Amino acid sequence: MSPAVAGGLFIASLVLVLVLAYRLFGDYMFRAVSSSRHFRAERLVYRAVGVNPDGEQSWGIYARSVLAFSAVSVLALYLFQRVQDRLLLNLGFPAVKSDQAWNTAVSFVTNTNWQSYSGEATMGHLVQMSGLAVQNFASAAVGIAVAVALVRGFARSKTDQLGNFWVDLVRICVRILLPVAIVGATVLIAGGVVQNLSGGTDVPTVAGGSQTITGGPVASQEVIKEFGTNGGGFYNANSSHPFENPTGWTNWVQLFLILLIPFSLPRVFGRMVGDRKQGLAIAAIMAVLAIGSVVALNALQLSHPGTVPTAVGGATEGTETRFGVAQSATFAAITTLTSTGAVNSFHDSYTSLGGMVAMLNMMLGEVAPGGTGSGLYGMLILAVLTVFVAGLMVGRTPEYLGKKIGAREIKFASLYLLTTPALVLIGTAVAMSSAQARASMANPGAHGLSEVLYAFTSASNNNGSAFAGISVNTTFYNTALGLCMMLGRFLPIIFVLGLAGSLARQTPVPASAGTLRTHQLLFIGMVVGVTLIVVALTYLPALALGPLAEGIR
Amino acid sequence: MRLPSWLAQHLAALRALLVLTVVLGVAYPLVMVAVARIPGLSERADGSLVSAGGTVVGSRLIGQSFVDGDGKPLRQYFQSRPSAAGDGYDPTATSASNLGPENVVDTLPDPADPTDEGKPSLLSRVCAASKAVGDLEGVDGSRAYCTPSGVGAVLAVFHHDGATGAVTRAVSLNEACPTAPFLGTYEGVTVECATFDGDYTKGMVTPVRGGAPERPAVPADAVTASGSGLDPHISVAYARLQASRVAAARGMTADEVKKAIDRHTTGRVLGFIGEPGVNVLELNLDLDASRPVR
Repeated sequence: MSPAVAGGLFIASLVLVLVLAYRLFGDYMFRAVSSSRHFRAERLVYRAVGVNPDGEQSWGIYARSVLAFSAVSVLALYLFQRVQDRLLLNLGFPAVKSDQAWNTAVSFVTNTNWQSYSGEATMGHLVQMSGLAVQNFASAAVGIAVAVALVRGFARSKTDQLGNFWVDLVRICVRILLPVAIVGATVLIAGGVVQNLSGGTDVPTVAGGSQTITGGPVASQEVIKEFGTNGGGFYNANSSHPFENPTGWTNWVQLFLILLIPFSLPRVFGRMVGDRKQGLAIAAIMAVLAIGSVVALNALQLSHPGTVPTAVGGATEGTETRFGVAQSATFAAITTLTSTGAVNSFHDSYTSLGGMVAMLNMMLGEVAPGGTGSGLYGMLILAVLTVFVAGLMVGRTPEYLGKKIGAREIKFASLYLLTTPALVLIGTAVAMSSAQARASMANPGAHGLSEVLYAFTSASNNNGSAFAGISVNTTFYNTALGLCMMLGRFLPIIFVLGLAGSLARQTPVPASAGTLRTHQLLFIGMVVGVTLIVVALTYLPALALGPLAEGIR
Repeated sequence: MRLPSWLAQHLAALRALLVLTVVLGVAYPLVMVAVARIPGLSERADGSLVSAGGTVVGSRLIGQSFVDGDGKPLRQYFQSRPSAAGDGYDPTATSASNLGPENVVDTLPDPADPTDEGKPSLLSRVCAASKAVGDLEGVDGSRAYCTPSGVGAVLAVFHHDGATGAVTRAVSLNEACPTAPFLGTYEGVTVECATFDGDYTKGMVTPVRGGAPERPAVPADAVTASGSGLDPHISVAYARLQASRVAAARGMTADEVKKAIDRHTTGRVLGFIGEPGVNVLELNLDLDASRPVR
């Protein structure tokens, strides 16, 4: 079997299993977030936190709860890193420097997991498992909670109540993330992922040298790194490291874990708004974009245009033998289509246009299927925009799921859609205008610009993958990218919750003959079109100077 | 006493974070460490260590360098891929090269500084590895866009009108003077060698394909660094290429070595997941056990 055929079957098998999981896991998540029963363990948590689990919140309170939790998390994680030299299991590493600690704290709290540090050379086991990995759970749960709150905005009428953030947070962690993490970590250990508290063992090698076999609680962190679409590797080499991703089948498992929540959330949406077809339509839009991108990236990597790939006879630079080029390309596409940013191969060495597809995936706003929660709310914003555009074409007041998309709603949607492009393009421009920031580029010419553009795209969209040649552990990049991650996460969340509040207040309008049917093929095609056009118009000039200039001769 | 609501909000946040840290950041990972002690899992959770003669010599998941103190390949061992992890296969500094597909121009060493070795481009690294493997295995190490001496075959081509017009000057960018350039003339212009302080920015960077065969004898994985720098595998093609050299160094028949390669080749799971690879450390340990050198 040729690698291309095997790669095709690999993609097909993922699609098949996700289709099967869509209903099963979607319904499970639906019950978890909408049940009125509290587990006894959850009641204990609510008592410890000091909140009334049966009280609901308006959008403003919900947003303030999200922001308070995230602010406290950033501060705690920052301090944790700053004192790691005085803590247990620090492996002898010094305290993390302030700019890097800020960058890392923001990075993990915003579900970005951008890493300006190298795991095995910077972070002790305690900071990894009790600091960084906790945010792997929490930031994923925050994303899902915000998505659920937005869906409640569509599902409810004449109310200002959007649910209770603390209940959503705890339930998503306890009922959805933790059980899968326990099973998944066990599976990964069986595949060879390490799980111990060893600080590393020096062994004499066969050729007479020596090698440090590193240890750590890797499996427990690895599973939630993928399942929560986080992406921050325990080691610098991330999922290309044999201790994080030892075999071809663990690679499959990791991709399945990445996609499971984002592709099942539309089912939750459909169930909550009482029309499963609406969920299916959203999932279909995500699937069309995702499959298109995965196939394009595979095709570009397997045909390997460019000087070095041609000299080599394949795009193997930066890829592992056990995954091969095709299944590395699939990983690259999926990690950037979601907000994961884990890598099993190094995108900086990809073909010029292959690397551009990875960038484009993030520029889409990570909506196909996107991160845990953030993918669904991003896609619903695009659906709102599409309904609005369609309304303009036929001269009707646009509506979506019985809710009018008026001036207030479209303002929130527009602000959402303008935030990340502004951060990406202004950030890149500022970096390119500074000689010191330009000096961080590892590759000369157009590829250097691609590295900077990729970095700001990744940070602002909360992805976390990189054209990793760029040296980002500098005060400038740690600060600037930290700001991009922060604003790129929380401004959109505020706009989403604002939109949710304004939708929940409305009285639904009955569907009429002129209402756009938002579960049909026409609508699916329109959202795909709107998504691609918005992105193309925004980013084409920047891409023309980077990957396009490099890749088109 | 009633706290102001913004303070209550942050207090709840702090308490929530503490609870989540205890449950998800302490209990969960430690439970998984305990689960990892289950017989059958523990060997893997500890890093899949392998021993030779009672001594742990590495992990079957982590590749190693099989070179002598001077970095020369040990002829009796199968060689791993190039590695960008530290000085090669260093698990405390895992890394890829992160060099791009059009990274083709070397930074030449400063002749005034004898310790400066310059910085080879990705293309030159590929060319050098291809030539070295070709020489070691006794096959043709030539490759497209590579000079016979094993650097990237790249010219800076100067045109009369900038990007267009007649060629006025051509410089072989990766060949420092006094090296004779790989090409005598380019479009009628004599090709010059490059100097450390020469300014070639106005020339068009032009890789020259050359006459290397369409399918090089040295496989792709043998000339490219992996993502982790710890790749434990090589392709079956690269293992077969090395078989006769290893057989000769150990006094084995080619058939015996080929059988050993087959024993350490993992195929695709279910026929389509992953790519076939040969575990270099296990293969070399197997050979050491069955046919020790010395």
